[in-house]
Amino acid sequence: MSTVVLLIITGFGLGAMYFLIASGLSLIYGLMGVLNFAHGAFLTVGSYATWYTETKLGGISVAPRFVLAALVGLAVGTVFAALVELVLIRPLYGRHIEQVLVTVGLGLCVTALASAIWTNDAKFVSLPRWTARTTGVLGASIPNDRWLEIATAAVVLFALQLFLRRTRYGLIVRAGVENRAMVTALGIDVRRAFTLVFAIGGLAAALAGVLSALYFGTVDPQRGTSLLIFAFIVVVIGGLGSIGGTAIAAVVVALVQQFANYYASSGMGDLSVVLLLAVVLLVRPHGLTPAAAT
Amino acid sequence: MKRLAIPVALVALLAFAPKLAVDIPVLFKSSLDSPGTLQLLALMLTFAGLAFTYDLLFGYTGLLSFGHALYFAVGVYVAGIAMTRWHWGFWPAVLFTAALGIVLPLVFGAVSLRVGGIAFAMVTLAFAQAGSVLAFKNPGVDYTKLPSGLVGILNTKHLYWLALAYAVGVFLIGRWAINSSPGRVWQAIRENELRVEVLGLRPFDFKLMAFVLASFLATIGGIVYLVLISGASPEVTGPSFTLALLVMVVIGGAGSRWGALVGGLVYTYLDHRLADLAGSHAISTLPSVLRTPLQEPLFILGLVFILVVYFAPGGLARLGRIRRRPAALEEAL
Repeated sequence: MSTVVLLIITGFGLGAMYFLIASGLSLIYGLMGVLNFAHGAFLTVGSYATWYTETKLGGISVAPRFVLAALVGLAVGTVFAALVELVLIRPLYGRHIEQVLVTVGLGLCVTALASAIWTNDAKFVSLPRWTARTTGVLGASIPNDRWLEIATAAVVLFALQLFLRRTRYGLIVRAGVENRAMVTALGIDVRRAFTLVFAIGGLAAALAGVLSALYFGTVDPQRGTSLLIFAFIVVVIGGLGSIGGTAIAAVVVALVQQFANYYASSGMGDLSVVLLLAVVLLVRPHGLTPAAAT
Repeated sequence: MKRLAIPVALVALLAFAPKLAVDIPVLFKSSLDSPGTLQLLALMLTFAGLAFTYDLLFGYTGLLSFGHALYFAVGVYVAGIAMTRWHWGFWPAVLFTAALGIVLPLVFGAVSLRVGGIAFAMVTLAFAQAGSVLAFKNPGVDYTKLPSGLVGILNTKHLYWLALAYAVGVFLIGRWAINSSPGRVWQAIRENELRVEVLGLRPFDFKLMAFVLASFLATIGGIVYLVLISGASPEVTGPSFTLALLVMVVIGGAGSRWGALVGGLVYTYLDHRLADLAGSHAISTLPSVLRTPLQEPLFILGLVFILVVYFAPGGLARLGRIRRRPAALEEAL
């Protein structure tokens, strides 16, 4: 029983990271039709900025230092993503293949640059001591960082929904996902929404970067890419452009992965996720939910 | 005939390369007939052929697959495992792998081609990821039973000829397929799939045909690679390897006659030689801000790739010519 509880809660923690990456991917794809291969790079940039700030901040105790470093990481990730949209994606509007190719190139460059400067080794992040302790739930000892991951993802889910449903820009984004040409025809500049969506995606990905530092205790240059692949699977299963669907799919994928890895053998989790994707696509080619930013 | 003259002369020249004790100072470390240089040339040719198989999908049929590495990995791993674990001879292993190189893409292609565009890219990516997970679980494969002419440092020239034969073979088969009537349908699908459907053809069948052909040729490439490296490393199974193929094709020029081959040669060359060039005097005297990124081949290649996308959309093959954009590739997404 305690193992099952541990697996479920760890699965939710992993799902939280998948959701944070996938929600940005899903919004960007839904609105702009760009499959963003640089999304893993946003995560890398955010997590390395966090780690780097932390090593440079001496003299204060661990907890505030980590919070401060995380805030810097988030800011850097957001600004980086917005710049990518403005500088690299904007000149290629309407040329989807080229946009995808540029994000592929950017993903390669950022990963290579990170490993050139800071080597391929994982870097340890000093974390507040609270995160290393465990809490007992129904006989299972749950590492405390899992709660933080789940809570963060829940807040982001709530905030995104609020943004999409209650604000004017959210309305434009939702309308743009539905029918971009019509929104443009109504005289609304969708391009500002593009930059906004990229910034939000970058923020969420950088947040995932910070949380992955909590989850694994380290940052490393390849993590963005490896998490990105599962985020892609989550996005496709959840239905492109749908935040609610993405959240459900993230949890389902992470749970399937955790349980298969534990009860079958390690590596089986990844295979079962792929199988899940194949089954979902065969039964419902458009994912679990129809495309609409809800 | 005139158009044939230059390529034929080039292939003949390449075929004689192992007999030429010529030094090419900056480009290669040692003379042309030395095993080190031949090995690099053989790798370049293998990847050139491989890039061409990817171009069949991406450049000619408009299918953006992120799982092409899987079929290459099938060639490397299945042949390797058949020889080392199952103790099969060389030829039975090759035949079995080749057969698998038709059956697997037939099955996986039939599943993934049910969806188009981005979803297709994702499904192929997922299948390749699954293959990569399997490979990383049992990474060790080394050779035992290669024919004696393909083993040993003195026989590097045979490996080189094998790679040359692969590149030329893939190119000839590919060109023949592209110019055949199904090949014309592939290009029509790339241009406008709906229209092909309206004309009464089933795009699915033709896409599957292209998928199986490209994957089969990639599997053969995997066997050539296994022989060449006499071993396998799981890096060639991952999605980043498919991205490398995509980079080769785009740098060279997607859907053009020589593009993929040129891209494969240039990419592989840079990937192996940039590290050496970075150690050269000109670069080691630079300040570390510039030096560090320049030592990372993938950084340079990524940068070149982005620059090509912006400033030379036709790739190297179309540099300097009037730009005839494959507008149709837009439709693929």
